[in-house]
Amino acid sequence: MTDYLKETPSQTAGPFVHIGLAPGAAGFDIYAHELGGDIAGPNAAGERIRVEGLVIDATGSPVKDVLLETWQANAAGVYAHPESTGDVEDGFRGFGRVITNFDSGEWAFDTIKPGPVVGRSGSIQAPHINLWIVARGINVGLNTRIYFEDEAAANAVDPVLNVIEWENRRATLLAKRSERNGQIIYRFDICLQGDNETVFFDI
Amino acid sequence: MKSSPAEYYQRDREWHPPALTPDYKTSVTRSPKFALISLENTVSEITGPRFGHSDIDAADNDLLHNYAADGHSAIGERIIVHGRVLDENARPVPNTLVEAWQANAGGRYRHKKDMYLAPIDPNFGGCGRTITDADGYYYFRTVKPGAYPWRNWVNSWRPAHIHLSVFGAAFAQRLITQLYFEGDPLIPKCPIIKTLSDSRAVDQLTAKLDMNATIPLDTIAYKFDIVLRGRRSTLFENRLEGN
Repeated sequence: MTDYLKETPSQTAGPFVHIGLAPGAAGFDIYAHELGGDIAGPNAAGERIRVEGLVIDATGSPVKDVLLETWQANAAGVYAHPESTGDVEDGFRGFGRVITNFDSGEWAFDTIKPGPVVGRSGSIQAPHINLWIVARGINVGLNTRIYFEDEAAANAVDPVLNVIEWENRRATLLAKRSERNGQIIYRFDICLQGDNETVFFDI
Repeated sequence: MKSSPAEYYQRDREWHPPALTPDYKTSVTRSPKFALISLENTVSEITGPRFGHSDIDAADNDLLHNYAADGHSAIGERIIVHGRVLDENARPVPNTLVEAWQANAGGRYRHKKDMYLAPIDPNFGGCGRTITDADGYYYFRTVKPGAYPWRNWVNSWRPAHIHLSVFGAAFAQRLITQLYFEGDPLIPKCPIIKTLSDSRAVDQLTAKLDMNATIPLDTIAYKFDIVLRGRRSTLFENRLEGN
C-alpha cells in the first residue's frame, strides 16, 4: 500500500481553448501580455526559421480549432530551464503557442533552429522541437517532435528516432525545408490518424 | 550535468481517457490508431517553460472583474475556486502557471465560434490565470458557469465546468483538464466525462462545496486540488554496454 496520489485525469481542451490560452484569437483582448507569442526573442543566435503546417484528421480535413505548444532548446542546445546546463540568450523562452487560421487550419510559428541536445547516457539528440497538441476531440494532449530533414546525419543516430521500430514512420517527424522570399520555411503536416499517421509519443 | 535525468512517473494511461471514445463523436476522426511510442525522459521532457509574476497581472485571477467595466461585475453566482497543485508524491508544485476558461452564467462562451443563443455578458471575458504560491496554492474568483447544449447526441448538454491548464516544472507534466461541480445531475450523462472508465477519476474532477472557504453573504467556495505527475527521487544509472 502506498500513499501516492493519482494524476488528475485529462479532459479535452474543447473547441474554445483559445479563450483560455490565446484570448486574442478568440476575439477579445483581456491580458496585457499573452504567453508564447515570442519563442526565441531578438537576441538568440542561430538560423531564423518559420515552421508551418496543417493538422489533418482521419478524413483528410484540416483541424481548424487545434492549438499547439512548442518547447525547444536554443542553437547551443540549451533549454531555458535550470535542469539544462548552460545559459540562454536574454529573451529566449523556447516556448510557443501556435493557433490556426480558423478558416484554413494553416498554422505557422517563427523561431530559431535549435541545436543538438544531450540525450540519455551521453548520447546526442538531433535538433528537434517538442510539440504538444490539444483540440476538441483529443482526450489527452498529443506529444510529438519536429525534426529537420536536412539534419540527415544527426537524425540517423538520434536515440529517439531509432526507438521507432518502423523506419518508414520516422519520416512523419521530418520537417521539409524550402525557401520563400529569402525566408527559410519548414513544412510539418501532422496526421492524427490514417495512412500517414504521425508518430506520437508517451513521454 | 547528469546524462540521464530522474524520470517522471509514467502516465497511467488507464486512468486517463483513451484516444478513441466513440460516444464522444469528435474523437473518432481525431484519435491516433497506432500505439504511442514510449519514450524514456530526456532533458527535452524534464524541462519546460517557466512563468513568473512579470508574465501576468495580479488581478488576472478575478474573472468577476478582469473584463468588467469600472464599477461593474460579471453576472451570475459568485464563486471561489481554490485548491493546491500537488504532484503524485503529494508535494506542492509552487510557482506554476494555472490558466482557466469557462462559459458565462448563461452557458455562452466569448468566442467568435460560439453561436449559442444565450447572451454574452458584456462584463465577463471568461478566462483567468494565476501562479501558485510556495505551498502550491491557487485561487480564482468567478461566476459559476452555466450548462449548455452541444452537438454530440441530438440532445446533449455539458454539465457546468471550468477548463484548467497547468504546466508544472516539466513539459512531461503538461495537463489540461476540466473541473465539474459536486451534485450536478448532468455529470453522469456527459459523453466527455464518460471517456473516464473509473468513477474515482470522475470524482477527482468534481470540485467539492467548501463551506469553510465560503465568504458569508458574499461568495460560495469550491475546493479543487490538481495533481501533476510525480518524479523519482533516486536514480540508478543503467550504463550501456561499453560505455
